[in-house]
Amino acid sequence: MSHLLLSMTVNGEAVQVAAPAHHTLLEVLRYKLDLIGTKQGCDKGDCGACTVQIDGVPQLSCLTLAVHAVGRAVTTVEGLGQQAGGCHPLQDAFDRWNAAQCGFCTPGILLSAEALLRRCAGREPTRLQVCEALAGNLCRCTGYTKIIDAVLDVGRQMAVAAAASAGEVAHAE
Amino acid sequence: MPSEDRERDWQLGKVHRKVDAMERMRGVARYTDDLKLPGMLHAKILRSPHAHARIRGIDLAPALALPGVFAAVTGQDFKIPYGIIPWTPDENALAVDKVCHVGDGVVAIAAIDEDTANAACKAVIVDYEPLRAFFDPEEALAVRDREGTINPYSRKGNVSKHVLLEFGEVDAELAASDLVIEGDYEFGGTTHGAIEPHCAVALVEPSGILTVWSATQVSHYLHRELAKVLELPPHRIRVIQPPLGGAFGGKSEPFDLEFCVAKLAMKTGRPVKLLYTREEVFYAHRGRHPMKMKYRTGFTRDGKIKAVDARTILDGGAYSSFGLVTTYYSGQLLCAPYAFGTYRFDSTRAYTNKPACGPKRGHGSVQPRFAMEIQLDKAAVALGIDPIDLRRRNDIGANTQTINEFRVGSNGFLECLARVEAASGWRERRAKLGYGRGLGVAGSTYISGTNYPIYPNDMPQAGVQICLDRSGRARVFSGANDIGQGSNTMLAVITSEELGLPIEDIRVLSADTDLCPVDLGAYSSRITLMVGNACLDAASKLRRKVCESVAKRWKVPRDRVVLAGRMAIDREDPDRHVDSAQAFQWAEADHGLLGEVGSYNTPKDRHGEYRGGTIGASPAYSFTAHLAEVEVDVETGIVDVKKIWIAHDCGKALSKRIVEGQIEGSTYMGFGEALMEEHGVDPEHRGAHAGPSLLDYRMPTFLDTPELAAMIVEAPDANGPYGAKEAGEGPLHSSIPAIANAIYDAVGIRLDRIPFSPPRVLAALAERRRRELAGELSPHKPGPDHARRSA
Repeated sequence: MSHLLLSMTVNGEAVQVAAPAHHTLLEVLRYKLDLIGTKQGCDKGDCGACTVQIDGVPQLSCLTLAVHAVGRAVTTVEGLGQQAGGCHPLQDAFDRWNAAQCGFCTPGILLSAEALLRRCAGREPTRLQVCEALAGNLCRCTGYTKIIDAVLDVGRQMAVAAAASAGEVAHAE
Repeated sequence: MPSEDRERDWQLGKVHRKVDAMERMRGVARYTDDLKLPGMLHAKILRSPHAHARIRGIDLAPALALPGVFAAVTGQDFKIPYGIIPWTPDENALAVDKVCHVGDGVVAIAAIDEDTANAACKAVIVDYEPLRAFFDPEEALAVRDREGTINPYSRKGNVSKHVLLEFGEVDAELAASDLVIEGDYEFGGTTHGAIEPHCAVALVEPSGILTVWSATQVSHYLHRELAKVLELPPHRIRVIQPPLGGAFGGKSEPFDLEFCVAKLAMKTGRPVKLLYTREEVFYAHRGRHPMKMKYRTGFTRDGKIKAVDARTILDGGAYSSFGLVTTYYSGQLLCAPYAFGTYRFDSTRAYTNKPACGPKRGHGSVQPRFAMEIQLDKAAVALGIDPIDLRRRNDIGANTQTINEFRVGSNGFLECLARVEAASGWRERRAKLGYGRGLGVAGSTYISGTNYPIYPNDMPQAGVQICLDRSGRARVFSGANDIGQGSNTMLAVITSEELGLPIEDIRVLSADTDLCPVDLGAYSSRITLMVGNACLDAASKLRRKVCESVAKRWKVPRDRVVLAGRMAIDREDPDRHVDSAQAFQWAEADHGLLGEVGSYNTPKDRHGEYRGGTIGASPAYSFTAHLAEVEVDVETGIVDVKKIWIAHDCGKALSKRIVEGQIEGSTYMGFGEALMEEHGVDPEHRGAHAGPSLLDYRMPTFLDTPELAAMIVEAPDANGPYGAKEAGEGPLHSSIPAIANAIYDAVGIRLDRIPFSPPRVLAALAERRRRELAGELSPHKPGPDHARRSA
């Protein structure tokens, strides 16, 4: 099987990896780069467990050919904590709220949720916005309630922090 | 059970971070498919395209000739049958002489990678002789000849199991009833849908020990069956369950992949991994049995249940799985929370040419609960009694015995009813909701484990070992399977409560048959009560040793020393304290190495003395009430569940949010079964699955799922650790009939068949409309005109 040499940025690091042209990003991340945090639940784009971010946008890595990510920045759950200096506020909130039961869908949900909060840019998301942003990620354990609680919790904190820093800016002016 | 000299509830009932959640969320926990061993091969299974066929021959040569193919196995390598229930060993790891459903495994091949293994499976030539296939259980039951017998080990044609039990004079009591409600109910099949597909890895160590890592919820039973089928002594096998991505009963028995990776690893001398595709997970199934249920229930004028008569046909699929137990459970678990005057059930499980059914969350009792709770609702309407009041009048109470002679201890059912009634505004709001909107209620009960293990023995049902070390930490060893429900955290909470250590100072090592004491596994909601009791036993022994050593040095009585907050504290002089490490070191100096074992065995006096009387007997029963609010769109037939209130009596919540999560997750799963999910094969397509994907099998998403309001009720049970009972399965049951009853309240139609899909809702609305026009029924209830126009 002929391989292609693919160059991309994964979690902030430039990587080169050889893979057959038909391999998906999921296969390359999991089995070539050993980034096992990205999960395979269905391998056909139905469950969302394999969600990663490509250039900041949530994508299903099982439906994305690895070549599609060439020259682009891929973020997996391993990179999420890294960005935030160890533990992302979403990970901490999920832990406090017991929002992960088996945890298998959680990496994908975290990446969808992080993208939502970034889009909100300091505005608190509504419950409906959270549900819409995460509707592509199935969870079979939780009934979703604690996940929604955790995301809203972080959204609130970020809104408070944004308001406080806006206040400081206004004060400084 | 709780001892008096501990600092009461310094951990119990609080909110805890789980002991193993952060590593999962950081993406570093290694689930089974995340394991990668040097030289590892990948295996795939060639599966039957026929629902029923004899295998005339298999030609492996073209597959074995492919470069990169290492070995193949067939049914001839696994001639010893197995079965999770020791009385019904009726399946082989791969088909020996015939295949019994589409997806039955025929050949397994190990190759250098998955692509090569798949290509090799395609190259195998199997010569099949198709046989007549049976997809309808009643049709299958009618056949008695050998040719039409589906399962090769069956001795009674296609009857997998038949149970008939009668308690009291049912016919006489029905005849003497003021009201008899008759109903036919159909529960379609549903499946577990865990997001992690089944996966197993096997390795033969240089010492000859076979290690199998598997996404299983019953490592001990898997260990036993591997030993049997592979003809190896158990001590030559080690089974490890890595972190698990959901199970819900779908991983509670051995599957073909575990035997195949083991045999292929033995044959090749290399580690072998096999990961199911999602399609294979659907064909492996072992999900909820479709049941056809015929109920007759007799009531007095004031709503008391005089008689229940149930006839049930269970569609079992090709193998027994847990089916013997399911058949009993379809009747045995119905006898609370309501007192029955008399009771008879007649349940027959049929073999059919479909993927085998088995245990799904709320094993065997979700389907009859659906029928029973709608029967009660119909009676409430007929008698003009409030549906909650009708249930109250029949409450069986605490410290009592059911009609089928199970002893019930604590019972918080009335409080559950009161909580959902108050929270939903039932009294004030129900009468005011116009046509199209409705509230419905239902109740249920479930076991906290079964008093008798799957294979008969007198040994403890659970064992836990705890070691303390000089740094002031504890290690807990348990064979119990944490499948995401949080059992590892439960063990940490109990250890923490007893030994005064914060959760993060406790390491729980579980589900490794070489390291941990035997536990029977994560099924029948047994772990909190049974393994929790064993853990409490071990931890309280250690606590006494530690307190004694501290007391000796302080020259005070032992009961003045309490352990909490990583310290040993003098109860009467709280300024006097030492840290846990010092306390443990004193205890180790006095007693030697600090380790204790604890075990738990079930009470054996809580069941009836009749054949089958032990099946369904439990140390303690949980109770649940659900109340659903729905809006029915009469133009589209879409049922919008607005909110479900759930009150669940778990005895004592050891960890608050984890219990809430179990209540919410169970209720969600019931909601999905009520409205969306349908697992079945298509006879028009020779028994192929109707849609083996997570797109076609419609599990509720974030947007579909209604708001869930979980309320914890605590009626502590003398048999539970600190009074705790189960929370993981009970809160599924009444979710479904509560929705059905709410739909009736909204638009006056009875949906006696799940799922409540739009075509069924529209058909029922049209039928009601026809009967209203014929003058047989008056309009259901007032509401805005536009709401009923197209009905």
